[in-house]
Amino acid sequence: MKMDVRPPILGADRLSVEIGRHSVCRELDFTLQPGDTLVILGRNGAGKSTLLHTLAGLREPLRGAVLLSGQPYGAWPRGHEACLRGLLAQSQPDFFSATVLETALVGRHPYLGRWDWESPEDEAIALDALAQMGLEGFAERQVPTLSGGERQRLAIAALLVQQPRLYLLDEPLSHLDLHHEIAVLEHFRGLAASGSGVAMVLHDINLAARYASHVLLLDGEGGHVFGPARTVLTVERLSAAFGHPLRAVMDGETSLFVPV
Amino acid sequence: MASTQPAIPLTPHRRSHRRARLVLAGLVLAALAAFAWSLSAGALPVSGSDLINAITGGAGGMETDIVRTLRLPRATAAFACGGLLALAGALMQVLLRNPLADPYVLGISGGAAVGALGAILAGAASGWIDAGAFIGALGATLLVFGLAHGDGSWTQTRLLLTGVIVAAGCGAAVALMLSLAPEGRVKGMLFWLMGDASSVSQPWPALVLLLIGLVIALPFARELNLLARGEITARALGVRVGRLRALVYGLGALLTAVAVTTVGSVGFVGLIVPHLVRLAIGNDQRLLLPAATLAGGVLLCAADTAARTVVAPIQLPVGVLTALIGVPVFLFLLARHPR
Repeated sequence: MKMDVRPPILGADRLSVEIGRHSVCRELDFTLQPGDTLVILGRNGAGKSTLLHTLAGLREPLRGAVLLSGQPYGAWPRGHEACLRGLLAQSQPDFFSATVLETALVGRHPYLGRWDWESPEDEAIALDALAQMGLEGFAERQVPTLSGGERQRLAIAALLVQQPRLYLLDEPLSHLDLHHEIAVLEHFRGLAASGSGVAMVLHDINLAARYASHVLLLDGEGGHVFGPARTVLTVERLSAAFGHPLRAVMDGETSLFVPV
Repeated sequence: MASTQPAIPLTPHRRSHRRARLVLAGLVLAALAAFAWSLSAGALPVSGSDLINAITGGAGGMETDIVRTLRLPRATAAFACGGLLALAGALMQVLLRNPLADPYVLGISGGAAVGALGAILAGAASGWIDAGAFIGALGATLLVFGLAHGDGSWTQTRLLLTGVIVAAGCGAAVALMLSLAPEGRVKGMLFWLMGDASSVSQPWPALVLLLIGLVIALPFARELNLLARGEITARALGVRVGRLRALVYGLGALLTAVAVTTVGSVGFVGLIVPHLVRLAIGNDQRLLLPAATLAGGVLLCAADTAARTVVAPIQLPVGVLTALIGVPVFLFLLARHPR
């Protein structure tokens, strides 16, 4: 086995997160290595987005620490963390019109000095990311003219333009049709295979089973289970976490979870 | 979806920036033209060569006097205040993420009106009217900020609602003062309310603050672009949102306070100019902020010149003209851009 001296991309050290009086997780420990894909599952209101924001360093935990590439957020030079981790927010409000290319280019912000303008190289990165999300030819379109699914792919393209090591995705599949759901998940599987880390909130248990290397299951009351996807995703645990009975249907080697 | 196709060699971004630079250059020329018109037009028309002589300080004479002591301060004040209001409006629209926001939406002009009209009602000298307006503007700003910030949250809706309510309260106080004021002072009060550059004593504070405001705002322009796309995304990209919002709020309030202190609450410039510029060059704050500043200056300078010349010797309140010019132009541009 090859020795990896690099610290894990993301780590939680006895992490406790609360929102209001509601406990999201207590004493959570996990690490995410390059190549790992973590899926966070839990019922509505369990605090998945809150936890993701905490992991992104946008929110102080109640106790414990989040380690980004081995260091707490505060230890990184200000602004540098944006070159290391990127967050896909759950919704992308647009109050003012902008072109698709301008929107994708915001991902270059962490790399530009205060007075810099985007260079032709930045523009090439943005156009490439748009093409990867199936948005070639959209560069000059106004964002408000896009469909919901196109906007979601644009938001993902802007995140790809940021080129972080760690991708934190809050419901990346919202508004996407079946084809684009799989295409997006395959794209992030490819990024993980080339050494990135991916942590995402999903709602589809079967897609989680197919794409996750690790799963974090929140029970909605501060309890949690973390581990390799195969050991966490069991009928008993999922039924308890979602408060609805499930059963497993075998399809060859894979089991599919179906609500009863 | 993984595409092996090479990046397309077109650069739409660059093209739109070149267009924006053309618009900026055109606005600089328009500013020079507005100044030239404002300095030469009036009861005593001044020709081009006399104008250059008067400004460079060559010859003496009555024309030089009129240009340098009457028209130049007035044109400068109108230009500077137009720029201040447009810049403050553009900043407020990003801060509140609301296209209907203008510099007055947070009660700043209402507070200034209460202070200024109170001073007029008390029969104070013009210096005290300015002081009253400035104190009223800052008082309203602090009141809104304090009330909206009370529980530590910073939601746009809360800020906006607080501002609207404080402005409504100021409006009632203004109506009360107008109805109590003696006949002789009502006209002065109405002119102040509609905006009027005829009694400007000191144009330079406004101009200096305009330059300072641009120098402070422009380094943060790209961060403002991110803020316009949502707080979470901006913070994830490394923007210190809390600090940026406090800066934008404070700067917008100060710019507006100085503008209303100098020329009264001229309406419409702060709402309409940023939108006009946005329709012409898009929403990149790095270009929008300087372009809106120039366009606001040109609009108010030209409107003020028209206000004192079209039905001379009667002087119209400039705020009426900014609305009369602004509304049809805005509606025309909006109808042409189906967005």
